[in-house]
Order: sequence, then structure tokens, then C-alpha cells
Amino acid sequence: MRYQPLNLARWILWGATAAVFIVAPLVFTSSFALTMLTQMGSFIIFALSYNMLLGQGGMLSFGHAVYSGLGAYIAAHALNLMGKGAFAFPVTLLPLIGGLAGMLFGVMFGYVTTRRAGTTFALISLGVGEMVFACVLMFPGFFGGEAGISTNRVVGKAFLGVSYGPAIQVYYLVAAWCLISMAAMFALTQTSLGRMANAVRDNPERAEFVGYDTQKVRFLQLVLASFFAGVSGGLSCINFEIVSAENVSALSSGGVLIATFIGGVPFFFGPILGAIVFIFFVVALSGFTKAWLLYLGLFFVLMVLYAPGGLASLLLLHIPLLRARRLNRLALPYLLAGGAVLLALAGVIGLVEMIYRLSEQGASTVISLPGVSFDAATAPPWLSFGFLLMAGLAALHFAARFFSRRWHDVQTEIRAA
Amino acid sequence: MEFFLVQALNGISYGLLLFMLSSGLTLVFSLMGVLNFAHASFYMLGAYFAFQVSTRIGFWPALVIAPILVGAIGMLVERFGLRKVHRFGHVAELLFTFGLAYLIDEAVHLIWGRSAVDYRVPPDLDGPLFEIFTTQYPIYRGFMMLVSVAMLVSIWLALTRTRIGLVIQAALTYPQTVEALGHNVPRVFMLVFGGGAALAGLAGVIGGNAFVTEPGMAASVGPIIFVIVVVGGMGSLAGAFIASLLIGCLQTFSVALDWPIFGLKVSQVAPVLPYLLMVLLLIFRPKGLMGTREG
Repeated sequence: MRYQPLNLARWILWGATAAVFIVAPLVFTSSFALTMLTQMGSFIIFALSYNMLLGQGGMLSFGHAVYSGLGAYIAAHALNLMGKGAFAFPVTLLPLIGGLAGMLFGVMFGYVTTRRAGTTFALISLGVGEMVFACVLMFPGFFGGEAGISTNRVVGKAFLGVSYGPAIQVYYLVAAWCLISMAAMFALTQTSLGRMANAVRDNPERAEFVGYDTQKVRFLQLVLASFFAGVSGGLSCINFEIVSAENVSALSSGGVLIATFIGGVPFFFGPILGAIVFIFFVVALSGFTKAWLLYLGLFFVLMVLYAPGGLASLLLLHIPLLRARRLNRLALPYLLAGGAVLLALAGVIGLVEMIYRLSEQGASTVISLPGVSFDAATAPPWLSFGFLLMAGLAALHFAARFFSRRWHDVQTEIRAA
Repeated sequence: MEFFLVQALNGISYGLLLFMLSSGLTLVFSLMGVLNFAHASFYMLGAYFAFQVSTRIGFWPALVIAPILVGAIGMLVERFGLRKVHRFGHVAELLFTFGLAYLIDEAVHLIWGRSAVDYRVPPDLDGPLFEIFTTQYPIYRGFMMLVSVAMLVSIWLALTRTRIGLVIQAALTYPQTVEALGHNVPRVFMLVFGGGAALAGLAGVIGGNAFVTEPGMAASVGPIIFVIVVVGGMGSLAGAFIASLLIGCLQTFSVALDWPIFGLKVSQVAPVLPYLLMVLLLIFRPKGLMGTREG
């Protein structure tokens, strides 16, 4: 028996999350925003399921897209069969088919991959991912080769006016699944399996001594994670109405790893932040610049170097300050550091964009922005952007010093109070 | 018989090239505990540097200059990147090299474009070495084997016969003790990481023109060398050697065969075979061929 007080803050947090899901498409009404929100929803599930491995189980996987991708393939085939009238099934529950398919493959591949932990697990998951990718290209009859298989999500009669034709209905489907999956995955962290996964992550030897089979714990954790990955695969199948080899590729597996890490592996809500930022990079930024992959890579490397706890850890560092009402003391250092970062960023972006423009065959070297236009083939813009970068980095150096001194002072004040 | 001999020679030369790659990876892994995800990217850089140098001053200088350049980049990466993330643990180190691989790939796209570059076998090495029955065996294949074997022998000598090699070997097992004896272990790490990168670069120099130098070459060879490291047993050089030859032969033979299995030709199944080998081996012998550590 255990006394459990009603955790009010937790209920408020979950309620607020649900409210955000409901309100978001009413605030961002453009169709572009809606596609982005829908993708964010399914990617949040994917990233959270990935964190069940990396964050909670300590398993660094380079092949997680296998489960979401194969789940998506099976879901697409199921949808096509439903379209032909082979069997009747509500589209609303299609992600369940994807999830079960993902889980099945999780049982199959997880048996092999979870035999080892640590770095070897990482390598094996990579190998399994490559194997599945090669297989997908090898059997074009089932997987449709490079082009993939396309499908149509409007199947059967509309139920209460919901046909999943309009994008907004798909968004709310994704949002509902996302919320349910989030709650389910959070609940899983509270179960004994979730706790044992943490133990196996932190000290496998000790977990063995206590009498747990670490391999079994890793296996169960992976199977559950692959279920949720499959759910997200099913949702992306409904959303895009096409599933191709890219869904199981190393690029997708790497993407979910990057997103999860950027968000923050040690915290449950980290991957949610990461998924939002990642989709922003992939969908929004890729429309503006060809260099988005480079920016994403740079951002990722900087996070690995300076903030291994991800964005979530950076946010959480500020909570004690907020409680002590000392956040305003950081306003000035933040302003200075922000200015320095903007300066350096302007320099980096300018240089990178010029390099990209020059590397393109036959493209004009003149870059025009609102207000300014310059020729990347001439020296002055290079010098000025280089100067901006240098000045920004120098300013950042001093701003960072100032910031850390002030941060330290505030921390001592809080401790003294 | 002719087919068998030619394919076996090709398989061995490819396997030796794979071993040049996997040996660097294994050395770095067993010394520093870092699995260098960017190892294949260093291989690609080696090929591109060699292309650039050989168009200016020729292939022979490129054979020396390109690996040195790649090694220098490797040392810089260790000094200013890996050493910083080291305090966050091995996962962070792995992720750092993973991000680095993205950046190197993107940089290669930027500098040399998205299509293959024309990096050719030098004219001195172009032509047949000898004839097996009716097939002419190219000189360059022989040269590849020569370079790989020479490199392997010199590494072995350097590791077992020189002072720095002894320090490296000692630092492999007892880094603290070696440091207490007054050796600069971080510098040893930097040298080893740079050395591993240089080996990958050398493999790129001789592999880039034997196969093709294009931006996808890192992504295609990377998973294979990881499979080799797993199959051979993590951290075992001898295991990596056997696995390299095994997978080299497996790949060259399977690509050339057209026996049918389940309605597909062997050559169509070829890309999956190394991974299948890895999966089977893990089921029956989880520590790899020559691995000593379980778990």
C-alpha cells in the first residue's frame, strides 16, 4: 500500500499539453503550418519511442527506423486491401496495425540485437537496419522498390462526417494518437519494467546480481518501443499516403537519433522538444536553404559538445532561478550572449550560403536578400561575413564569461537564501 | 577454376582494403573505447584528397600527402572535439563522431559536388600484371595488396618493436599507470586517433581509384566495416583480419554468381549477405569470431 497524493502539477501539465494539441491548428491556420504540425505529432511518437531505448534503456540504436518503416509498409498494404474491400477496418485504428507490425519485427530483430549491450548493440542495430534497407530494395513486389507504395487514406464510408480526406481531420487523428501514446509511454516509465530498464542502463552487472536477466529487460523494452515506432509509422502512412525505402533508411534512423538527442535524452519530455525542433529544421528550413542538413549537423555537434542533456536540460536549469525569482538577473547576460550569437550566426549563415551558391553548377552567384544584394564571386562579402563571424565569436567569448560569472553568483545567492 | 582463382584474388585484395579500414577502427576502439563513426568519412576524404593532389602533382606524392592530411584532420578532431566530449562518456563520443560524419559528408558534397569525380589509376600502374588462363589480372590490384600488406607489417612492427608502440599497448590496458609513469596519455590518444584516420585515408587513396570516388562511398563502406568489427569480435585485430578477408571474399564472390535462390539470383542477394552473416554469427557466437569480451 502506498499513499499517492493527487499530483496536481502533473495533471495541469498533461491538460495543458492536450489543450496545445487542440488549439495549435486554430492558431496556425495556414496549410503549411498544418502539415508541419501533423508531421510533428507523428514524429513526437517516434522520438519518444526511440528514447525508450536510448534514454530509458541505455541502448543507442542506429536502426530504429526499421520498426516505424516496416510498420508503415504493413499499414499501407492493409489500407490498400481495405480500399479493395478485402476486409473492413476503421482507418482511425490503422496505426494499431502499424504498431503491431512494428512490434512483430521488434520481436524478430530484437532477439538478435538485444543480445549485446553498449557499443556492440549500436553496431548490430546499424547492421540490421542496413539489412532491412537492402531487403526492401531487393523485393520490389512487396515494397515497391525506390518509389515505394502509394495508398489512399479515404476508405469506406465517412463515420460521423470523418473521412480523413481533409488535412485537419488527419491532424486531429495524429494529435489523438500522439497524446495517447505519450501517456502510455509515460505510464510505462513508471512500471517495474521501466524501472528495471533504468537499472539495466545504469548498472547491468548489479541488475544481474539482483536476479534480473538484462537481455530480457532490453528485449522487452525494445519490443514495446518498436510498437510505438510502428504506430508513428502507421500515422505517417496515413498522412503522406506513400511509404518508400526512405522510411527504413539509415537517414531516418539517424534523424530520430539526432532529434531525440537535441531534445534531451535524460528527460521524458526531451524528445518532444527535439521532435518539434527537428521537424522545423526538416520541413521549414529545407524550404529556405539547401544547407539545412549542414546547419542541423552543426547544431547537433554543438549540442553534443556543450549540452549533452539537450534542450530539456537547458530549460530545467532555469527552474530553480524561476522559483527564487532571480531570472531577471540573467536578462542582461542573456541579451549580450544573444546578440553575440546572432552576430556569429549571421557570419556563419552568410559564409555557408555563399559556399553553397558557388558549388551549384550554373547558378547565379548574386544573392539578393530584401534590402541587400551581393555577388558571392567577389571578395567583399566574404571579408565582411568572415569579419562578422570573428567579431561574433570574440563577443561570444566575453559574453559567455560574463554569463557564467553571473550564473555562478545567482546560484550562490540562491543557496545562501 | 579460372573464375574461382580470379575471384579469390579480387576477394583477397578487397578484403585487405577492408582490413586497412577495420584495423584503424579496431585500434582506436580498443585504445580509447571510442567507436569512430566518421571512420568511413575519413576514408572518403582520403580518396578526395588523393584525387585533388594527383591532378596537381601526381599519384605518388598523393599516396603520401593525402593520408598525412587526413591524419592531421583526425588529430584536430581528437584534440578539439573528442577530448571535450570525453567527460560525457562513450555514448557522447560516439554521437560526436556520428555528427562529424554528417558534416564531412556535407562538406564533400559542397566542395566536390554530388557526382563522382574522375580519380583514375595512374598510368604506371595501368595494365595487366599476369594472366590467369585467359583473364588478365591488373597491376593495380597487385599494388593494392602490396600497399595493404606493407602497411600491416609496418603497423605490427611499430606496435611491437618501437617505444611508442609499447606505450600505446600499455595505455590500452592500464592508462592510469602509464600516465603515472610520466607518459602523456592524451597525446598518445591523439596520435592513435590521427593514425587511425591516416590509415583510413591511405585506404581511400588506393581504394578511391580502384572503385569509384563519389560522395556516397562513405555510406556504402561504413556499415560493412562495422559488420567486420562485430563479426571479428570487438577490439580484436586478428578477428578483424579474418572477418575482413571473409567478407571481402563473400562480397566479391556473391556479386559474380548468378545461381538462383528463392527466385532471386545470388548477385541480387549480395548486399544482404554480410549483414546476414553478422546476424547468424551473433545468434550462435555472440562475442564474435575472436572476441574475448561478452556483453
